[in-house]
Amino acid sequence: MIAETGHFALILALAVAVLQTVVPIFGARRGDARLMGFAVPAAQAQFLLLALAFMALMTAYVTSDFSVQNVYQNSSVAKPLLYKISAVWGNHEGSMVLWVLILALFGAAVATYGRNLPPTLQANVLGVQGAIGVAFLLFIVTTSNPFLRIDPAPFEGLGFNPVLQDPALAFHPPFLYAGYVGFSMAFSFAIAALIDGKIDAAWARWVRPWTLAAWMCLTLGIAMGSWWAYYELGWGGFWFWDPVENASFMPWLSGTALLHSALVMEKRDALKVWTILLAIVTFSLSLVGTFLVRSGVLTSVHAFAVDPARGVFILGIMAVFIGGALALFAWRAPLLRQGGLFAPISREGALVFNNLILTTACAAVFVGTLYPLALQSLTPEKISVGPPFFNYTFVPLIVPLLVAVPFGPFLAWKRGDLAAASQRLFAAACVAVLAMIVVAALQQRGPWLAPIGIGIGIWLIGGALSEVAFRIKLFDAGRAEVIRRAVNLPRSAYGTMLAHAGLGLVVIGVVATTAWRVEDITALKPGESTEIAGYTLRFEGVRESEGANYAERVGFFDVSRGGEAITRLTPSKRHFNVEGSATTESAIHVSWRGDLYAVLGDPLEGGAYTVRVYFNPLVRLIWLGALVMFFGGGVSLFDRRLRVGAPVRAKAKVPPMRLADAK
Amino acid sequence: MTRKQRRTVLIGTAMAVLSVAVGLVLFALSDSIVFFYSPSEVMAKEMAPGQRFRLGGLVEDGSVERSQGTTVHFVVTDMSKELPVSYTGVLPDLFREGQGVVAEGALGPDGVFHADNVLAKHDEKYMPPEVAAKLKQQGVWEGASGETGAGAESKVN
Repeated sequence: MIAETGHFALILALAVAVLQTVVPIFGARRGDARLMGFAVPAAQAQFLLLALAFMALMTAYVTSDFSVQNVYQNSSVAKPLLYKISAVWGNHEGSMVLWVLILALFGAAVATYGRNLPPTLQANVLGVQGAIGVAFLLFIVTTSNPFLRIDPAPFEGLGFNPVLQDPALAFHPPFLYAGYVGFSMAFSFAIAALIDGKIDAAWARWVRPWTLAAWMCLTLGIAMGSWWAYYELGWGGFWFWDPVENASFMPWLSGTALLHSALVMEKRDALKVWTILLAIVTFSLSLVGTFLVRSGVLTSVHAFAVDPARGVFILGIMAVFIGGALALFAWRAPLLRQGGLFAPISREGALVFNNLILTTACAAVFVGTLYPLALQSLTPEKISVGPPFFNYTFVPLIVPLLVAVPFGPFLAWKRGDLAAASQRLFAAACVAVLAMIVVAALQQRGPWLAPIGIGIGIWLIGGALSEVAFRIKLFDAGRAEVIRRAVNLPRSAYGTMLAHAGLGLVVIGVVATTAWRVEDITALKPGESTEIAGYTLRFEGVRESEGANYAERVGFFDVSRGGEAITRLTPSKRHFNVEGSATTESAIHVSWRGDLYAVLGDPLEGGAYTVRVYFNPLVRLIWLGALVMFFGGGVSLFDRRLRVGAPVRAKAKVPPMRLADAK
Repeated sequence: MTRKQRRTVLIGTAMAVLSVAVGLVLFALSDSIVFFYSPSEVMAKEMAPGQRFRLGGLVEDGSVERSQGTTVHFVVTDMSKELPVSYTGVLPDLFREGQGVVAEGALGPDGVFHADNVLAKHDEKYMPPEVAAKLKQQGVWEGASGETGAGAESKVN
C-alpha cells in the first residue's frame, strides 16, 4: 500500500510539473498575473508530492519490505539502520528520486522566498524548473520505477554493496546531488532571462546565492567522495581522475567560474552574455555527469544494450535541454548589450582571467573523460586515459591561476594598479619564497617542483590573509579602529578569504602527499616488524570476529616511534555473508605530520600475511581545505547583501531596463 | 586604451591560453594514453618490452602462486592464448581464479607481464567491461553484464 502511494505521488508530481511548466510561461507571455501566480503553489505541491514518494520509498527500506523489487535488490534485514536509509539513494532508481526531490526543493524555495522577484521572472524560472522536473519524472516513471512489486515476496534481500556501507558515503550522494541540481537554479534563471530578453544586476544578485549554495554542496560532496575513496579502497590515494570523479569535478570547475563571473555582473553589469552561457554550461555539465554515471556508459558501452531505454532517455533529455538552451542563447543573447568597460588590469580583468583558465581546464578534463568513450564507440580500439593525461594538461593550466588568485581582490574595479597590489602582497610573497627555500633545503627526495607547489599553497593562504589584514588596517591603525573595521567588513570579504585560503590548504595537501608519500609492501609473520617514515609497526597476529552483517579478520599492529609506543592499528578484511563479497578496511593513525595507513592483505604460506603500509604526509589538509572552502561559501552566503529573500532596498527597485537599451 | 584595444588584449589572452591548452591535450593524448589488449592481441601485435598497456582476461584456474614474499604470479587467459603475469603488492578483494581481471603494466624481456596495478570490482558477478566485450567478441562468454550498480572499482598498485 505504501509503495503504491509512493508510485501514485510520483505520477501526480509529474502531472503537477507539466502544469508548472505550461501555465506560468504561457501566463508570462500573456502578462496574466493569475496564470503566472499559479507557479508558486504548483512548485510547492510538486515538492510535497515528491517528499511523500521519497518517504514511501524510505519506509519500504526501513521496514525491509522485500515485496518491493528495489528494496529486495539493495537491502537486507541484518543491515544497520543508517545503511538501510542510505541504500535508498545507493541504487539507480532511488537516486533518481532523490535527484528530482532536490530539484523540487530548489523550485519550492524560489516559489516561497522569491516573492520580491519580478513576477514574469519568477514565473519563467519556475516554468523552466518545472520542465526539468517533467523530463526526469518521465524518466523515472517510464524506465526506472522504484516501486515495482515482486510476487511472491522473498524473505531476505540481496544486500547492499559492502563498499558503500560507510558513513561518509551515506551522505556523499545527497550533497553531490544538491550541488548538481542546485546549478539548475542558475540554468533556470538564465533561460528565464533569455525568454524575457531582460537581464540586470538584480538578476545576478538573485542567481549568486543559489549558485553559491550549490557550489558549497558540490565542494563538500566531492570532498566526501575523495575521503571515502582514500580510506575505503585501500590504496591510500585521494583522487584517481576516474571518469566518475571527473563527472562531478567538471561542474565544480565551471560552477566556480560562474560564481566569479556573476560577481562581475552584479557589481559592474558586465560579462552578461558570458555569465548566461556559463550558467547553461554548468548545468549542462551536471546533466553530462548524471548521464555518465547513471546511463552505464562508463561501466561499459554495452550497458546500453542491457537497458538501452535508460541511456537513450537521458541522452534525449540532455539533447533537449542543452541543445534547446544553446539555441535559445544563440537567438536571444545578441539582445543583451554589454555594459561596464574595464581595463585588462582590473578586478574584472582578474575575474575574466579566472574564468578563462577555469573553463579551459574544465575543457581539458572533458576531453580526457570523453575521448576514450568516443574512441570506443567509433573504433574497436579501447584505451584508458589515466592520471598522466590530467597531470600534463590540468596541472600546467591551473598553476598560473593559483599564482594569480591573491592579486584579484587587491585590484580595483574598472582600472587596477598591479604595482600597488604587488606592494601589498610583498609580505605574502616573502613568506611563500621563504617556505620554498626551507622546503627545498629540507627535501631529501621527491621532485624539484614540490617546493614550488608548497610555496604556491603558502602564497594563496598568505595572499588571502593579507587582503583582510589590509582592509581592516591591521598594522596601520589603532586597535579600536581595527576592531571597528573588522566588524564592518562585509562577510563576503571573509568568505573570499576563507575560500582562497582553503584552496591554499588543498594545494599544500595535494603537493605534499603526491611528492613525499612513502609506501611499503612486505610479508610479515606474527612477531615480525617493518619500518616506515620513522615508525615501527610490529605485527602481533590476527583474530577472527563477527560484525552486524559480516565476518572479519582483524590484524593487530603495535606502532612505535623511537622506542616509544604510540598506538595500535587494526586493519581488517570483512566478508559480507548476504552479499558474498569482501571489503578491505584500512587502519589509519593520524598525526600532524601525516597519516600512517595500514592495510592487511592475503595470508601467505607459513603463517605470514601481505601487509601494505603507507605514510601520507599532510594528506588531511586536502579535506580540511575543502571544508574551509565550504565554510567560506557559507560565510559569504550569510552576507546581509546576498541573503536569499532579503528585502530589496529601494535603490534596487528601479525597474530593469530593456537590455537592448542598457549601456 | 580604446575599446578595440581592450578587446584585442582579451581575445589575444584567450587565444594564447586556448592554444596552450590544445597543445597540452594533444601532447598528453599522444603520450599518456594506455591501450587495452587481450592476451591474443598481445601475441599478435608482438608488443615491445617496456611499452605500457592494460591486459584484460580471466585469471586461469590453478595458476595463482604466492611463493616468493609479496610477489604473486598468475596467468591471464582469453580462452585462446595465455600470458603469465607477475605483480608485487596486495591484490584486490575480489581477485579470484576464474574471474575477470585487468592488469596495467608492461612486458618484461622475459615475456612476463609485470603489472604495477591490478583492477577488480567488488561484485561477485562482475566481469570487467573490456574483458566481457573481448570475450563476447570471440564468442567464449555470454554473460549478463547488466550490473551497472554504484559499485566502485578497487584499485591496487
